[in-house]
Amino acid sequence: MADVANDVIDIIRKKMRVEKPTIEMTDRLEALGLESLDAVEMIFDLEEKFDITIPYNANNPRTEFETVGDVVTAIQKLVDKKA
Amino acid sequence: MSFVKRVVVTGLGAVTPLGIGIPEYWANLKKGVCGIGPITLVPAEEGLNQKTAAEVKGFDPLKYFEERQISMLDRVSQIAVVAAREAITQSKLTFDMPLSVRTSCIIGTGVGGQATQDEGYLRLYREKKSRIFPLSIPKLMVNAPASQISMHFGLRGPAFAVASACASATHAIGLSFQMVRSGAVDCAVTGGVESCITYGTMRGWEAMRVMAPDVCRPFSKDRKGMIIGEGGAMLVLEPLDRAQARGAEILGEIVGFGMSADAGDLTAPDVNGMVRAIDGALADGGLKPADIQYVNAHGTGTAANDETETKALHQAFGEHAKKLAISSTKSMVGHALGGAGALELVPTLLAMRDSIVPPTVNYLGPDPACDLDYVPNEARAMPVTHAISNSFAFGGLNAVLAVKKFS
Repeated sequence: MADVANDVIDIIRKKMRVEKPTIEMTDRLEALGLESLDAVEMIFDLEEKFDITIPYNANNPRTEFETVGDVVTAIQKLVDKKA
Repeated sequence: MSFVKRVVVTGLGAVTPLGIGIPEYWANLKKGVCGIGPITLVPAEEGLNQKTAAEVKGFDPLKYFEERQISMLDRVSQIAVVAAREAITQSKLTFDMPLSVRTSCIIGTGVGGQATQDEGYLRLYREKKSRIFPLSIPKLMVNAPASQISMHFGLRGPAFAVASACASATHAIGLSFQMVRSGAVDCAVTGGVESCITYGTMRGWEAMRVMAPDVCRPFSKDRKGMIIGEGGAMLVLEPLDRAQARGAEILGEIVGFGMSADAGDLTAPDVNGMVRAIDGALADGGLKPADIQYVNAHGTGTAANDETETKALHQAFGEHAKKLAISSTKSMVGHALGGAGALELVPTLLAMRDSIVPPTVNYLGPDPACDLDYVPNEARAMPVTHAISNSFAFGGLNAVLAVKKFS
C-alpha cells in the first residue's frame, strides 16, 4: 500500500497547481488545483505506471476520486486485482 | 461591387448516420431515429473500449465513383463529394465560365483523411513495411475534401479548408456566407465533413475520457458524454437576386454569422465565448433575441458543454430563453466534429421550411443545470421564422449562424 501511495503522490505532485510541501491522504484533488484535463493526464500516468485500466468518465460526478486517498485506494484495488 | 446582398440556400446534400441523401436524413431526424450503434469501421479484435459510434451505414463508394477514382479519395473525401453532388444537383447549377471562376469552395473538416493515415501507420509501425501507398499524402491532407469537390464540379474560385475542430463546418459556411454577401463571389459550395472512426483516433477519444459508453443524451439527466459520429453535409449559397433571376428553388436564407475565441482553457467550454458568438450572429443579422424560435444546439451530451451552453442561452436570450425550442441532433447522428455544423444547419433550415423541429432523443428527464425546453424525444410541429445553429470547438473557438425562413 505504501508503495502505491508514494507513486500516486509523485504523479499527483506533477499535476498539482498549488504550493504545498506535503500531500496528505485527506487532501482533496480540487484543493490541489487539479483541473479536468490534469485529472485525465493523471489517470493516464497512473495507468501507464501500474499497467492497469481505470474506468473513469469525466462526465460523471467525481465522487470516486475526491481525495488523494480515494485515488490510492482505487489504484490499490486495481493493482491487487491484476496480481 | 460592395453592395450587401441577401444570401439564400439553393442546394443541400448530406451523407449521414441516418441515411445517404437529404430526404432520408430529414425523414429520420423528424422520426427521432437514433443513428448510434456498434462500431464496425474498427475491427473488433483491436479491442477498443468504446463500443459505439454513429457511423455512416451502407456507404459503397463503387455506387458513386469509378474504381480508378477511389484510389485517390479517402472516405472523408468520398462523403464530401457525394454530399456536394446532391447539393449541386438540387441547385440545378452547372459551373461553366464565368460562374466557375466566381464560385468558392470552402469546406470545414477537423482532421482530414484519418483512414488513410491510420492505414499508412499500420503498415509502417505494425507490419514493419517501409512503403506506404503513393497517394497517401494527397488523400490525407486536410484540404482534400475541398480540393476534390472543386475538381469534381469545376469550381475555380477561392477554395480551401477551414479547420477549427468541432466548429469547422460552421466557420466554413459563415465565411462563404460573408463572401457571397459582399459580392466577392457569385456562388458558394460549402459545408463540412468528417470521417475519423479509426483505431488511432478512437484511442485518442478514449483517452480524453469524454465519451458515453452507450448513446448520447444531450441536456438530459444521467448524460454520460459524447458519441463520435461521421458524415458530411454541403450547401449551395447564392445571392437572392441571382437565384430569383434563374428561377431557383430557395430553401432558406442565411442572415448572420458570429465568431469568438475563449482564449482560456484548451477544452473546457466558456459561457462568455459562447454568448459573444450568439450575440454576434444576431447582431450581424439585424435580429433581436425575441425573433428566434429555434436553436440547434451544440449539445454534445457532455456534462460540461450542455450546462455551459444552457447558461449561455440564458445570458444571450434573457427571459426569451424559456420560450426557445432547443434541440441537439447529435443525439441522433453523434458528433461529426468538423462536419457537425453542416449536418446541423441542414435540419435548422428544413425546420423553418417544413414548420417542424427535430427532437433531442435519448432524453431521460431534466437535469437541474439544464432547465430549458430541449424538445425531448419527439419532433414538434411549430412555425419557425428565425433560428440559430451553434458550434463550439475544442481550443475555445465558437461559431454561430443565424438563418431565416425565406419569404
